[in-house]
Amino acid sequence: MSTLHRILTIALFNLRSLPERKGAALTAAVGIAGVVGVLVGVLAIAEGFRRAMTVSGSPEVAIVLRSGADSEMTSGLDRDAVRTIGDAPGLARNEAGTLVSAELFVIINLPKRSTGTDANVPLRGVEQGAFAVRDKIEIVAGRRFETGRNEIIVGAGAARAFAGLDIGRQIKIGQNMWDIVGVFTANGGLAESEIWADAAVLQPAYHRNNSFQSVYARLASADAFHSFKDALTTDPKLNVKVDRLSDFYAEQSSMVTQFITSIGVFIAGMMALGALFGALNTMYSAVAARTREIATLRALGFGSGPVVCSVLAESMVLSLAGGAVGAAAAYLLFDGFRASTINWQTFSQVTFSFEVTLPLLGRAVVFATAIGLLGGLFPAIRAARLPISSGLRE
Amino acid sequence: MNTDRPPLVRISGVTKNFKRGSEEVHVLAGLDLDVPEAEFLALMGPSGSGKSTLLNLIGGLDRPTRGSVQIGGDRVDELSDRQLAAWRARHIGFVFQFYNLLPALTAERNIELPLLLTGLNKARRKQQVAAALEAVGLAHRARHFPRTLSGGEQQRVGIARAIVTDPTVLLCDEPTGDLDRKSGDEILALLQSLNQRHGKTIIMVTHDPHASARASRTVYLDKGQLSNTPVA
Repeated sequence: MSTLHRILTIALFNLRSLPERKGAALTAAVGIAGVVGVLVGVLAIAEGFRRAMTVSGSPEVAIVLRSGADSEMTSGLDRDAVRTIGDAPGLARNEAGTLVSAELFVIINLPKRSTGTDANVPLRGVEQGAFAVRDKIEIVAGRRFETGRNEIIVGAGAARAFAGLDIGRQIKIGQNMWDIVGVFTANGGLAESEIWADAAVLQPAYHRNNSFQSVYARLASADAFHSFKDALTTDPKLNVKVDRLSDFYAEQSSMVTQFITSIGVFIAGMMALGALFGALNTMYSAVAARTREIATLRALGFGSGPVVCSVLAESMVLSLAGGAVGAAAAYLLFDGFRASTINWQTFSQVTFSFEVTLPLLGRAVVFATAIGLLGGLFPAIRAARLPISSGLRE
Repeated sequence: MNTDRPPLVRISGVTKNFKRGSEEVHVLAGLDLDVPEAEFLALMGPSGSGKSTLLNLIGGLDRPTRGSVQIGGDRVDELSDRQLAAWRARHIGFVFQFYNLLPALTAERNIELPLLLTGLNKARRKQQVAAALEAVGLAHRARHFPRTLSGGEQQRVGIARAIVTDPTVLLCDEPTGDLDRKSGDEILALLQSLNQRHGKTIIMVTHDPHASARASRTVYLDKGQLSNTPVA
């Protein structure tokens, strides 16, 4: 009979006796379920935000900003620069020419549907090329705006989150009224939080003359990025920086995702401490309730090792069960839940969906197991150290 | 008492002291005892006289402060904790006053527990469990949980668990202490039968002269010393 078999035997015996201690066992499992649920919930926010920011960031799309700008808000490019960028090597083409879109980025105030309070909403002036430059922009209701007209289309996320963004209605932007003519999706990406208009119409509305803030450009291939970048950054007439859109969005999302992750880990850490004491209490109670049984097993010849392992196994089974329930509850409650938050790089709202991913669930299970391991360790050592002769008299 | 047999158990000069706070309590004081193979020894004495302590020393559950405990040639007091656990599994069968059955396991699974520490396969274990149940007259209660058995039946299961590995010595700590007279008599008859028919060496701690009358020899423990006559 192997040691492993002995451990399994005692562990199985422990687990079979769980119904006799179901109150304490349930308390510990529910505590751990709560911790895991909160952890998964908060990390799902970070994951959803990161996904919203990065899903539309194709490595085959480049973004050009003025050198030194860390966001579109602080960037500025004149018409000549835009023309030079559009003529650079390495760009994808269609019958109309290279696939580029010179864009404006401004912030407008709109009330949130949920609270009625004003929030910053990004309004993007784009050229018709924007639809070809970006992946997976799809009009899901209405139509595209017409060039030269005061028409806007709204991202599906923005349409859900902010009041008054319904097709057929008008909103006031600057000094003018604008017709809402369509709703678009962007595969859950950042653009869904935005409102789009014709850049050429938006420029005079915001007194931008003939300037833009960014140029989005589709590359002939991902490998063409370097030749495109080199051509622009070595051109003495230009003063620009060039990034892959995927890298740009990843960098833009990093501060918020790190903040949310830190908050999540902190909250879950505090709760985990409580759950840890719950698990410790449960396992100490379990050991105390079974002092005589443990002493009997040891009197029969079962060594300390199997006893320690069996107590640990029980603790970890409880934790895993709690963790699984917490993770499942978090998945059911949070996955796909829509929310919006501010992106501190642009000071505008980003709408996103909570994302409960498999790796996230895996991390939660590891977390629950760690609580179980720690919660069971000291009671297990206590069980193994109890003098057999006094344990038999309990 | 059969004195021509070599002692299976030899206790030589055993002293056992316990710390109780700052006070040192002397429980056994230089005690000697030989128990020949196949003897049924009753160990009597007043409460707190150290009967159970002596039984624990013989069973390798505790260590003497001084002196030696030798069983079947093994110096039990010199074994490490790990070696002691293995030694107990091989050589000692315990019968407890309150049966000490695991409530979550059926009678047969309780009896099987010590066999899990042997190299026997499942079929052989099953065979030995059946034989032990048969020996204690409980074959029909094999799948019952302890809570559904009477006290006498639970103690029979306890005895079956103690004998299932065919240990060198059977150590019984007040085996009838929690039973009514009728059930107690049945248990004593069973122990007597194990001793007389199967040659089991049994050391039994008891308060009860009725129980000790079943033994082949009775020794009395008082003030840390053994004698062959009752304590006045």
